[in-house]
Amino acid sequence: MSGGLLKALRSDSYVELSQYRDQHFRVRRAGPREGQALGQNAEERFALVSLCRLAFCLGDNEEQEKLLKKSCTLYVGNLSFYTTEEQIYELFSKSGDIKKIIMGLDKVKKTACGFCFVEYYSRADAENAMRYINGTRLDDRIIRTDWDAGFKEGRQYGRGRSGGQVRDEYRQDYDAGRGGYGKLAQKQ
Amino acid sequence: VHRNGHGYCGQPHKRRKTSDANETEDHLESLICKVGEKSACSLESNLEGLAGVLEADLPNYKSKILRLLCTVARLLPEKLTIYTTLVGLLNARNYNFGGEFVEAMIRQLKESLKANNYNEAVYLVRFLSDLVNCHVIAAPSMVAMFENFVSVTQEEDVPQVRRDWYVYAFLSSLPWVGKELYEKKDAEMDRIFANTESYLKRRQKTHVPMLQVWTADKPHPQEEYLDCLWAQIQKLKKDCWQERHILRPYLAFDSILCEALQHNLPPFTPPPHTEDSVYPMPRVIFRMFDYTDDPEGPVMPGSHSVERFVIEENLHCIIKSHWKERKTCAAQLVSYPGKNKIPLNYHIVEVIFAELFQLPAPPHIDVMYTTLLIELCKLQPGSLPQVVSFEGWFQFALSDCLTQDLESPKPKFVREVLEKCMRLSYHQRILDIVPPTFSALCPANPTCIYKYGDESSNSLPGHSVALCLAVAFKSKATNDEIFSILKDVPNPNQDDDDDEGFSFNPLKIEVFVQTLLHLAAKSFSHSFSALAKFHEVFKTLAESDEGKLHVLRVMFEVWRNHPQMIAVLVDKMIRTQIVDCAAVANWIFSSELSRDFTRLFVWEILHSTIRKMNKHVVKIQKELEEAKEKLARQHKRRSDDDDRSSDRKDGALEEQIERLQEKVESAQSEQKNLFLVIFQRFIMILTEHLVRCETDGTSVLTPWYKNCIERLQQIFLQHHQIIQQYMVTLENLLFTAELDPHILAVFQQFCALQA
Repeated sequence: MSGGLLKALRSDSYVELSQYRDQHFRVRRAGPREGQALGQNAEERFALVSLCRLAFCLGDNEEQEKLLKKSCTLYVGNLSFYTTEEQIYELFSKSGDIKKIIMGLDKVKKTACGFCFVEYYSRADAENAMRYINGTRLDDRIIRTDWDAGFKEGRQYGRGRSGGQVRDEYRQDYDAGRGGYGKLAQKQ
Repeated sequence: VHRNGHGYCGQPHKRRKTSDANETEDHLESLICKVGEKSACSLESNLEGLAGVLEADLPNYKSKILRLLCTVARLLPEKLTIYTTLVGLLNARNYNFGGEFVEAMIRQLKESLKANNYNEAVYLVRFLSDLVNCHVIAAPSMVAMFENFVSVTQEEDVPQVRRDWYVYAFLSSLPWVGKELYEKKDAEMDRIFANTESYLKRRQKTHVPMLQVWTADKPHPQEEYLDCLWAQIQKLKKDCWQERHILRPYLAFDSILCEALQHNLPPFTPPPHTEDSVYPMPRVIFRMFDYTDDPEGPVMPGSHSVERFVIEENLHCIIKSHWKERKTCAAQLVSYPGKNKIPLNYHIVEVIFAELFQLPAPPHIDVMYTTLLIELCKLQPGSLPQVVSFEGWFQFALSDCLTQDLESPKPKFVREVLEKCMRLSYHQRILDIVPPTFSALCPANPTCIYKYGDESSNSLPGHSVALCLAVAFKSKATNDEIFSILKDVPNPNQDDDDDEGFSFNPLKIEVFVQTLLHLAAKSFSHSFSALAKFHEVFKTLAESDEGKLHVLRVMFEVWRNHPQMIAVLVDKMIRTQIVDCAAVANWIFSSELSRDFTRLFVWEILHSTIRKMNKHVVKIQKELEEAKEKLARQHKRRSDDDDRSSDRKDGALEEQIERLQEKVESAQSEQKNLFLVIFQRFIMILTEHLVRCETDGTSVLTPWYKNCIERLQQIFLQHHQIIQQYMVTLENLLFTAELDPHILAVFQQFCALQA
């Protein structure tokens, strides 16, 4: 019996992790806070704090990757502001039963701002969504799905300065489904 | 010693794997996998080069090479003749290797059959037969193997599907090797053919109607797969085995290969039938195109031509190999060799729909096929979309829609399509795109219907409580506060209430469910929140079976315009155990739903319910298995090191296993009960209809009846693996000989699928 499937047949590129990592992702840690760093003097304390931060950062990345690789939650982007939870349910149900959908909201207006999270009961169903729903159309827009480490309170809000998503802050084009011009362009 | 093309210094005596060795193995794997792909060099020179490399690596990597070649034989059947040629070249250079390869293949074939991997086994048999063409295997020994295969048709007391498989494995190899075998052993082959023919004539075909997609035979007959293959092989034989479609690289190496010594296949006895043997189900060949389609392009090979068989086989194999990679899959399909001589796009579309419509179930998830079609259209925007042409179908469906009753198939189909479109967009959009003349086909606006909403509802019983509840909900009341409001609701079913007021009270359920769902109508999330927040109240009101049924009834009254909402609410209610699966099944067959019985959403809900039940059973079985394994590991560790405390650990685990065992049994019993309820209700309504038609003297075959009997078939087909466990009960309890033959036929056809 062969040691495993041949590489060509193992290929499952749609399910692989993308380059994107959530920069706000932190592992919850107990232990001394920065201000309590031990050390004889300020320099030592500074060195220890820097070392801690680096270690934690690497640990965060490692942990995030671990979570992404077994996640059942997808981030869905490039939605129209008018796309409803019902439409998302219908589309994403094609790859399996949905456990939960969390609509992305403008932090200020609390209205939909063009992204959401879709959580499945099983990893296999989420993988099929990555294989077959990612890159297809919803409300006549090509939507994009990516693995997500898991919903945490607060992550349903856009992180752009104006309250929506970062990408809508700086873009120059006119997108009728996403509030028209980018926020920066609107101010000009 | 320096090796060509590897750039490393090989040391034949080193047995330990170094990182160099791993690299070499990966390299070999890559070379073998890639041969036959687009290349600057010709296929022949690539094969020759690769044969040279492999021959040189045999001393060190023989077992790896053997394994790789066996694997590609099993998993890359669309490149069959490329790899058989490669093996032929290797055999010509190294006779012993050829012999070892054949032995390895036979071992692999036996393993595949034991493991019920019958589809892979077919590819292995085909590979072996093509090795005859490559002078690796002597023709007489291959004929002997096929003699043994077809002699399985003489076995008694075995399932027909077992005999079928051995005949299929024989017939489906003949496009590759029929010519050679006939040239060498025509008398023996004629005998095998005679046996095959007599078997095909006497075998049962009860299963066929259940598996056919179209009900009519025009314009494309839906043939049983063995009948079709037999006709194709007969025609091939008549044409003196002239087959021009298969790519045969070994022809270019004939001078080398015919010098090679051949091996005899060891006598092969088909492994006996066992309790655990599961054979592939029979199939019906789906056709939607013939030579009349695409009059501009190359002619489509006829349905009984062997070319048709080979093309379809290869296209199915490509999908099987690349289903996870939609772009690669599409690219491989459109670059199928020989594509200029055949209407490739038509073949591709037909094969995709054949899989989509395959009964009992498609090999892959539905959405794979739709996305694959999109990728194909992207690759061939000028030609493929016209083939798929959904507009054509829709146009056909729309025609006469206005003159027909809304329940007849065409208008019904259009209505369901529009409803589905609405789910992916929104109601106004549908109204905007559908012309006013067709507006009767548009779906209802999916709004909530609240019976206590307007002035006229003042006189309705419970109205004041509903208003009270609404206020309470809006002021974030707790479950207890809701309970106390509901206490005041009289029970229309009995004169004096319980003290607690918790017995089945339909009015309580009505005011609570109507009001809550109305207030939570804004979105799915709002409704789910409401179910979660007031879960306690729901559980209490729906404690009895009648309570569960009534909750579903009221929910349906509120949301009858929004089937999608109904489906997600039922799903949530099952998952949070407000209702159980049996309640949903009974509700679906209740009189309240009879008007909507033939609508798609009803069956979506029922099948989703059954699937949840099945997944639940599987989950608990898995928990039990894991607990048992844990115990086994603990025992092993205990025997390894004597530890007294493990006795206590055992006790807790053993208790858990006992509890899980009970849980599994209870779940399995609930699952069986669900199917029995469903089948029973089907029998009841179908019998009612049949009896009424008999007394009225009208035809049985109304649209409703056709829909209903096929929905019954669908239950059998979609959940066949589970239902197989209940055959005895079904036969003795429900599908007895006294049953109307119309209904019994469905059961008998289902039995025939694994008979």
